[in-house]
Amino acid sequence: MPIRTVYQATIEHTQILDERGVLDPALSKPGTPGILTDEQVLHLYERMLEARAVDERAFVLQRSNRMYTYPQNKGQEAAALGSGFAMRRGTDWIVPCYRENAAMVMHGMPWHHIYLHWMGDERGNVVPPGVRVMPIAVPIGTQMLHATGIAWAAKLRREDAVVITYFGDGATSEGDFHEALNFAATFGVPAIFFCQNNQWAISVPRETQTASETIAQKGLGYGAACQQVDGNDLFAVHKAVYDARERARAGGGVTIIEAMTYRLGDHTTADDARRYRDQAEVEAWQARDPILRTRVYLESKGLWDAQRQRAGEERAKAFATEVVRAAEGIAPPKPEEMFDHLYAEMPPELRLQRDTKRTSSLGQDPSQAGLRSEPQRA
Amino acid sequence: MATRQIQFREALREAMAEEMRRDDRVFLMGEEVAYYNGAYKVSQGMLEEFGDKRIIDAPISENGFAGLAVGAAMYGLRPIIEFMSWSFSLVAADQLLNNVPKMLYMSGGQWGCPVVFRGNNGAGGQLGSTHSWCVEALYANVPGLKIAIPSNAHDAKGLLKSAIRDDDPVFFLESERMLSDKGEVPEGEYTVPFGRAELRTEGTDCTVVSFGRPVNFCVEAARELEKEGVTVDVLDMRTVRPLDIGAVVRSIKKTGRVVVVDQCWPFASVASEVITQVCERAFDSLDHQPLRVNTDDVPTPYAKTLEAEYLPHKGKIVQAVKAALHRL
Repeated sequence: MPIRTVYQATIEHTQILDERGVLDPALSKPGTPGILTDEQVLHLYERMLEARAVDERAFVLQRSNRMYTYPQNKGQEAAALGSGFAMRRGTDWIVPCYRENAAMVMHGMPWHHIYLHWMGDERGNVVPPGVRVMPIAVPIGTQMLHATGIAWAAKLRREDAVVITYFGDGATSEGDFHEALNFAATFGVPAIFFCQNNQWAISVPRETQTASETIAQKGLGYGAACQQVDGNDLFAVHKAVYDARERARAGGGVTIIEAMTYRLGDHTTADDARRYRDQAEVEAWQARDPILRTRVYLESKGLWDAQRQRAGEERAKAFATEVVRAAEGIAPPKPEEMFDHLYAEMPPELRLQRDTKRTSSLGQDPSQAGLRSEPQRA
Repeated sequence: MATRQIQFREALREAMAEEMRRDDRVFLMGEEVAYYNGAYKVSQGMLEEFGDKRIIDAPISENGFAGLAVGAAMYGLRPIIEFMSWSFSLVAADQLLNNVPKMLYMSGGQWGCPVVFRGNNGAGGQLGSTHSWCVEALYANVPGLKIAIPSNAHDAKGLLKSAIRDDDPVFFLESERMLSDKGEVPEGEYTVPFGRAELRTEGTDCTVVSFGRPVNFCVEAARELEKEGVTVDVLDMRTVRPLDIGAVVRSIKKTGRVVVVDQCWPFASVASEVITQVCERAFDSLDHQPLRVNTDDVPTPYAKTLEAEYLPHKGKIVQAVKAALHRL
């Protein structure tokens, strides 16, 4: 047999809760591992409302010069919350990029720290003790390698921890994605590569990013388990990540999950997506808004109604106000704090520069010690 | 302490093995480090002693294992990453320069990055311009890093042990040309601290500052100059970040003259930095403008004759010292 097939694969797309808010009966049988209970859905729905309110408030803050650039998460709440909820807080690791705020918060990152970060303050990346959420990563793709290293360390230390890392469709064109996935699969580490395919990398559409039919299939080349899910379906996202987590814990290695979703807002507040996106496309995705879909489901089960919605939205708005208050209540860092945390212990020459600063050249000169003028306070 | 003669590569191996016995968080990863015992046999026998969980062959993916080390360090491990050549580190620049030195800073002091990146640095083996990189000038510009660059087996071992114990990222620059060089190394435990220059020869006429392999050429030049009645301080910086500028200034106050010898290109090199700091701190002590001996400002030539002329060597150093003394 001179020619034979040496490899064959298919990529599955899973949807459990459809656009009309109807659950697939076969895929959602009660007791199926990873299928959300009504109580869990209610809990997550409230978190969705909070996430949306905080997100929309951030946009308003930025427009009134109270926040620096901010990347809206709007429309991707099911992907963030469904995936985050499938990971174990304090045990598993969240290695984010910047469009999964709700997942970070679910694992212990305070909301107001996320605001603080985007207000231009690195102290926003500080997490409370025991929280396993890494800093927001903006260079595109670098965090996937860190996630792989964390997962590899967990495996080496025989600890029951799984790592999930987030990235967009655009990041899959970066070398880091390929190197990370290759390492993760080759070393068999407990990691989940969660792609939020929101169809646009700033102005570059998904088709221009890659000729590959799916993002998920990119995992095949590395020997990873691959799956595509409806990213606006809370049930499908949760189930896929839950299964990947259990596979990783059982020694099954890495999974890549492509969550098909849509960035309803702009790339960041520095962008205006109306200049390059078709309004009809945006409207079609607005109809598939994950919040709307989850709400319809809850209403069909008699667990939610218009009155509860009004109350929920009010609560979420009040919550966002509290987040603003907490973030703006933190005093800006003092100039001399610029030198902190560069090294584990501040080297003498850096201390000298801090203490003598008039110009950086004089700051290097020990004879100038004590000449520093009082720092200007804001 | 009793000493013995061992090769530079053996000194590196002893440092890693001793630290791995001492601390089970330490591991070595790189291309060919395990089954092949290292492309330059630095990790010879380490797989046998420590097993494949701690001596790890990586795919050819420098950016990959550099980034993986960041994550492993965040989880509390102490990675040693071997670059077969620092020339290959350039494809990992985003991790090395944009992540490694900033992780602690950007996380408000939470997630440090205690990784040692080590490997061969600099020209001299006729490897052509893409494999002959000398990275200290390029990387020393970045705050948050420490850079060690030993000139002999003794310091290689002591500095590497310090590097592995350090809580900050360390770039450790070795030289393929020195790996077989033998030197006196103590039998027992010792470390060499960062930021302390060592006087290799002592004199009164000129201060010669260097680091890494060219220190040895400076010592040769000092011997030659001695025949003509010229004595010099040869200062081996041992680390360029931190830089023991105090030792340089103290020596210049005695000699009034300085020559900096650096195997990188001249423009914005470590030599430039040393001379700038000398001017900032000891301008009034100088009897002649500071001089430097760098490589020529061209890509490393492939031809043997050109490469030899391109690098700093004894003749160039002797000439520079004489120029500083107006003896040319």
